[in-house]
Amino acid sequence: MKPAQPLVLFVALVAFTAILGFAGASVGSEGWEPLFFRAGNTDASILWDIRMPRTIGAWLAGALLGLAGAIAQGLFRNPLADPYLLGSATGASFGVALCLVAIGVSPIAGPDWVGHWALTLAGFVGAVAAVLITLVLAQGVQHTLRLLLSGVVVGMVFGALSALVMFRDPGIMRAMQSFMLGTTGFLGWSSVALLAIVLAVSLLAAIAFSRALDALALGEVTAASLGIAITPVRTVLVIALALATAAAVAQVGLIAFIGLVAPHLVRALAKPTHRWLVPLSALAGGVLLLAADVLARWLLAPREIPVGVLTAVLGGGYLIWLMHRRPR
Amino acid sequence: MRRLVSSFIVIVAAMLVLPAHAAPPKRIVSLLPSLTETVCVLGHCDTLVGIDDFSNWPEQVQRLPHVGGLDDAHVERIVALKPDLVLLSNSSRAKARLEALKIPVLAIEPKTFDDAYTAMAMVADVFGEPQVARRLWARMNESIDQAARLVPPSRKGVRVYFEVDAGPYAASESSHIGEILKRLGAVNIIPAKLGSVPKINPEFVVRADPQVIIIAAQDAAEMQSRPGWGRISAIREGRVCALDSAQGDVIARPGPRMAEAARVLAHCLAK
Repeated sequence: MKPAQPLVLFVALVAFTAILGFAGASVGSEGWEPLFFRAGNTDASILWDIRMPRTIGAWLAGALLGLAGAIAQGLFRNPLADPYLLGSATGASFGVALCLVAIGVSPIAGPDWVGHWALTLAGFVGAVAAVLITLVLAQGVQHTLRLLLSGVVVGMVFGALSALVMFRDPGIMRAMQSFMLGTTGFLGWSSVALLAIVLAVSLLAAIAFSRALDALALGEVTAASLGIAITPVRTVLVIALALATAAAVAQVGLIAFIGLVAPHLVRALAKPTHRWLVPLSALAGGVLLLAADVLARWLLAPREIPVGVLTAVLGGGYLIWLMHRRPR
Repeated sequence: MRRLVSSFIVIVAAMLVLPAHAAPPKRIVSLLPSLTETVCVLGHCDTLVGIDDFSNWPEQVQRLPHVGGLDDAHVERIVALKPDLVLLSNSSRAKARLEALKIPVLAIEPKTFDDAYTAMAMVADVFGEPQVARRLWARMNESIDQAARLVPPSRKGVRVYFEVDAGPYAASESSHIGEILKRLGAVNIIPAKLGSVPKINPEFVVRADPQVIIIAAQDAAEMQSRPGWGRISAIREGRVCALDSAQGDVIARPGPRMAEAARVLAHCLAK
């Protein structure tokens, strides 16, 4: 198979997005059930208050994870790197666990939005804090290996801390499980706005530094000799990575494999430089998570399969296929 | 029918495991809250020498040594209490270890309304008092019927949604909570065919438009701000019944306190 032109892949992914977007707006608790031409109040509300933000939000969260995956794999020059590598995922879980315990102790008495945003904020703060600790342990962003190791250590420790919180207060286990399996069911327009802003910012940053990512692929010494100022470039990219991951995780929980698979998918179909790889990975991530979300609500409707379980199955299956296909 | 047969098999198995004419146990460790409650309701609270971390009713058991959670019970601590019977759930991992240590165990896992009777009968049999279980069960059923009368006729047939957890996981008609709600005259929006506690599409709840929502207090505020949920009748009309953790315990456990659960639920429906 000849590698496709990046532009062709771009158009194909946009087309997939459109098709899945239509499916996302048409699949609900009764399976295939387009509501576009129904006039009822409830139908309009279900379409505009529930399905549309959920569909767009799932795509945006997937796009953030795909983008973060592309940045992580470029930054660490490791095809197995994923967005959760700097400890953000387990940091977010720990934040959410603490917040659940706090809410459990004193039911939040206040305006509704406090209850809604407390968990999101806790996840976001946890993710950013974990990344910061990783950076401090690694003494900055200069050394790839140190960054990776610190990320692994921080991930382990925060994972253990979450387990400890759950051990102290087993009542939160079910809520934690929903978070760890990923959930797209409660995405509203405010979540969509937040995800869209973060996606725009981190996508622009990543595209602006895409040449530096290309240079980094040749090794740090070569990149430096090409006139790339390694430290500021890495700092910006690490911030973009942390921001994108934290925003996605805080909104939809821990979704497996999207960040790992999306860039691989793009590289398997085209052989782009980072200027294309970054936006294409975002598109692919969006398509993958939206597809998983549509399937999650469709397969057993009106029951739902946790969306993270589907992405793990789809992503894992794809990686196995990638591993075992005949070399050409 | 299948339920009856399986109850029968469990009882026969228990009779084979436990010597028929053994003296009633004097030192019991219970590793499941509903079984702890069953022992006490049968009037043998004084035989308990240890409980799991979740057992919290009646109050007097709270002073007993705690031997760990449902899945991480400390076998060593249980053995040190020298029990002559350990009550636990079928899925407990301590079961095999305790059996290997020759400690008599009775494994019961009440999940449905009828299971609660099976459990009560099995524990009563251990004390050689099968008639007590029958009497208590009859009295509990009467109390549930009385609770049903707390729901005024105008509120019968009201559409209800019981959220177990914010997944959202809901109690369907086939869960023991669903069975109690049915006896109170409510219509559960989650049909039995979805399994006892299914994870459902939130859209389904908006579409079904429940008139009463019953939910844990800590999830109640967050629920009102879910996208699209503001138009649900129960939320518009303020018929959201927020349960505190003690009420949540009573309702979540298929055990001897289901009459109290029925009263709590009846107040929610009558609101």
